[in-house]
Amino acid sequence: MTWLLPSVVAVPVLGAGLTVLIGRRLRLQRAIALSGVAFVLVAAVLLLIEADSNGAAVAQLGGWPAPFGITLVADRFAGIVLTVSTAMLIAVLVYAMAQLGRDALDWWFHTKYLILTAGVALSLVTGDLFNLFVGFEMMLIASYVLLTVKTGPGEVRATMSYVVINLVASALFLVVIAFTYTVAGTLNLADLAVAFQTLDPAVRSALGLLTLVVFGIKAAIFPLFMWLPDSYPTAPTPVTAIFAGLLTKVGVFVIIRTQTLLFSQDEPSTLLLFIAGATMTVGVLGAIAQNDIKRILSFHIVSQIGYMVMGLGFLTVAGLAAAILYITHHIVVKTGLFLVGGLVEAEEGTGALDRIGGLLHRRPIIAVMFLPLALSLAGIPPFSGFVAKLALLQEGLALDRGIIVAVSLAVSLLTLFSMTKIWGGVFWGETTEPSVPAARGMTVATGSVVALSLGVALFAGPLADLATRAAADLVDPAVYTGLVLGGG
Amino acid sequence: MSLAGLLIAAVLFAVGTYLVLQRMLSRVIIGLGLMSHGANLLIMLSGPGPAQPPVIGADGGGLPVADPLPQAMVLTAIVITFGITAFLLALALRSYVLTGSDAVEDDIEDRRISRAKHTAEVTPPLEVHEVAE
Amino acid sequence: MSSLRGSAILEAGVITVSGPLLVFSVYLLFAGHNQPGGGFAGGLVAGIALLLAWVAGGMETVRRVVPIRAGVLLGFGLTLAAISGFASMFAGLGFLESGYLEFSVPGVGKVKVVSALAFDMGVYLVIVGMALGLVRVLGEDETLDAEAAS
Repeated sequence: MTWLLPSVVAVPVLGAGLTVLIGRRLRLQRAIALSGVAFVLVAAVLLLIEADSNGAAVAQLGGWPAPFGITLVADRFAGIVLTVSTAMLIAVLVYAMAQLGRDALDWWFHTKYLILTAGVALSLVTGDLFNLFVGFEMMLIASYVLLTVKTGPGEVRATMSYVVINLVASALFLVVIAFTYTVAGTLNLADLAVAFQTLDPAVRSALGLLTLVVFGIKAAIFPLFMWLPDSYPTAPTPVTAIFAGLLTKVGVFVIIRTQTLLFSQDEPSTLLLFIAGATMTVGVLGAIAQNDIKRILSFHIVSQIGYMVMGLGFLTVAGLAAAILYITHHIVVKTGLFLVGGLVEAEEGTGALDRIGGLLHRRPIIAVMFLPLALSLAGIPPFSGFVAKLALLQEGLALDRGIIVAVSLAVSLLTLFSMTKIWGGVFWGETTEPSVPAARGMTVATGSVVALSLGVALFAGPLADLATRAAADLVDPAVYTGLVLGGG
Repeated sequence: MSLAGLLIAAVLFAVGTYLVLQRMLSRVIIGLGLMSHGANLLIMLSGPGPAQPPVIGADGGGLPVADPLPQAMVLTAIVITFGITAFLLALALRSYVLTGSDAVEDDIEDRRISRAKHTAEVTPPLEVHEVAE
Repeated sequence: MSSLRGSAILEAGVITVSGPLLVFSVYLLFAGHNQPGGGFAGGLVAGIALLLAWVAGGMETVRRVVPIRAGVLLGFGLTLAAISGFASMFAGLGFLESGYLEFSVPGVGKVKVVSALAFDMGVYLVIVGMALGLVRVLGEDETLDAEAAS
C-alpha cells in the first residue's frame, strides 16, 4: 500500500500535465480530470479503511526513514477529511463541466482544478511543515488563477486582496518554519512533537500563537476573516463552491493538527473558545446584513468555522470528535448550498434576493434541494448539522462552558433566520420573468451533494464512532509519533 | 541564527509591511517581495546554531559543510514566490489596462458605506454583479 | 521599452550573455544531484536568459529562441516529474526513490545517470515554461501598446 499514499498527490499532478499536453481537446481533458479526481477518491477511501484498521497509512518518500526524508501520513483524521473533500471535488467538477460548457470556455480550467486537488491532498497527508507549505501554495496558486477565470475589474480587485492577504500569511508561515527549525532542528511533525516536549514553554507558546495566526488567516477565523466575504462571491459558482467547501477547512484541519500535536495542553483553551464565539457571532451578523445569496453564504462560512474551532477549543476527545463531525458535515453542506445558489443565479441571472422570487412554483426541484441543506446548516433535526451541533453542545455543557454554548445556540437561531431570508426571497413571492433552465448536469451534481449530506445524517452513528476514534488519536500525540517514527 | 541577519530580516519585514499597506499595486507587489525575502533570509539563518554563519561552519573544522536542508527549502520558497509574483504582476498589468490606474479600489462594503453617508438614508444595497461587470 | 530597443550595444551584450547563460543552466541541471544546482536553479537561470532575449529583441526574439508554447513546456515538465516518481516504483523502489545507472562512454569516461535526473528535468521544464509564460503575458507588445494608448 505504500504506493497509494504518494499517488493521491502524484496522480492529479500527472493529470494536470496531461491536460496541458493534449491541448484543446475538451472531451479528453474532461476525461482526464474526472478520472484523476475519481482516482484520488478511491485512494482516499482505501486509505481511510487502512488507517482505521492500522491506525495510519505512512509512506516515506525516496526511501529515506522518518525524521530525515519526506513523510506522508494518512491517519484517521486526514483520511476522513480527504475522503469528504475529494467527494466534493468530483461533484463540483461535474457541475463545472455542465456550467462552464455553456459559458465561456477556459482551456486551463481542468489543469488548475487538478493542481488544486493535488494541493489539497498534499496539505492533508503531509507529515512535515515544509511540505505543508508546498501543499498550501499549490492549492492557493491554483485558487488564485481559478478566481480570475473572468477578468473584469471587480474580479481583479477581489483576487488582488485575496492574493495579497494569503501571501502575507505565507510569508509568516515561512517565518514559523524558520523559527521552528532553529529551535528544534527538524520539521517532521512527529519529530517536532517529541522535540517540543522539552522546549521552553514561552518559546513554544510564541510559536503556537504565530502558527495560529498563519492558519487563522487561511481558515478565516476572527479577527482575520475579512478577506473571505469580499473575494469568494466574485468567482464563478463551481469555483466559489469548492473554495467555500474546502480551502478554509484545510486551514482548520491544520490548526487542529498543529494545536493538538505540537502545542497541546491539558485543559480547554479559553483563547480558542473566545475566538470560536467571536467568529460565529461576527460571521452570522455579517450574513444577516447581506442581500445576495453568495454573499450571505460567504459570511456563513466564517460563522461555521467558529463551531469547528469551538470543538478544538475543548481539547477533549468528545470535543475534537464533534469538530471532525462538524468539518465533515460542513464541507458537504456548504458546497451544496453554493451549488444551489449557483443554480438560482444560472436560472435568474442574478443572486440578489430582492430581484428574484417565486422560484418554488417554477423550479420546485431547487427548493427541494435547498431546504435540507439550509436546515442542516442551522442545525435543525434530523439533518447532519444537528448531529454535529448536538455533540458540540453536550461537550460544552459537560465541561461547564456555558457562555460558548449559549453563544452557539444564539448563532444557530440567527443562521436559521438568515436561511429563511433566502427562502423567502428566492422561493416565495412574486414570480419574476421566465428564466433559463440550468443545465441538467448542474442539477444532478447538486442533487448528489444533497444526497450525500442526507447520508451524513443517516449514518451519523458510525461516523461519530469513526470521528471519536480519530479524535482519540489526536488527543494523544504519542499515537501519531509512534506511527510515524516507530512503524516506519 | 546571527543577530545581523535577524536585524536585516526585521528591516525587510518592516519595509515590506509598510509597502503592502499602500494603495498602489506596484508598491504592494514590491512590499510582498521584500517580505518574502525577509522570510527566506530567516530560513537561511535557521540552519546553524546561535551566532554561527549560515553558509559554512564558524571554524570550518567542527562543521565542514552547511546544513543543506534550509538551502533546499529556501530554493523552493524562492521559486514559489517567483511564480506568485509573476502572477501578481500580470494581474496588476491587467488592472492597469482595465481601469487606467494602479490603485486598489474600495471594496463593495466600503462603497456602500460611503454612499450611505452621502445620501444620509438607507440606500438599496449594491448588487455584486453590477460591480463585477 | 522602445527606447531600449535598437541599441546595438545592448543587443550585442545580450546575445553574448544569454547563450552562455542557457548552457550554464543546463550545466546546473545536470550537476544538480551531488553539487549545487538542480532543476530549480537551472530553470531560473534559463528564465533569466529568456528575459534578456526579450529585453534585447522583444517577443519575436523570444519566439525564435523557444518556438514552443509555454503551456507545452509546463505540461511536459509536470508529466515528466510525476511519471519519474511512478517509474521508480515500477523498478521496485519506493516512490521517488533514486536509482542509478553507471556505464562508461568511450572518450568521456565513467558516466553515472541518476533517476532523480528525470524529476529534475521535469522541474526545469516547469520553471522555464513559467518564465516563458511570464514573458509572454507581460511582454506582449500589444499589451504594452494598449497600455500606452489608454
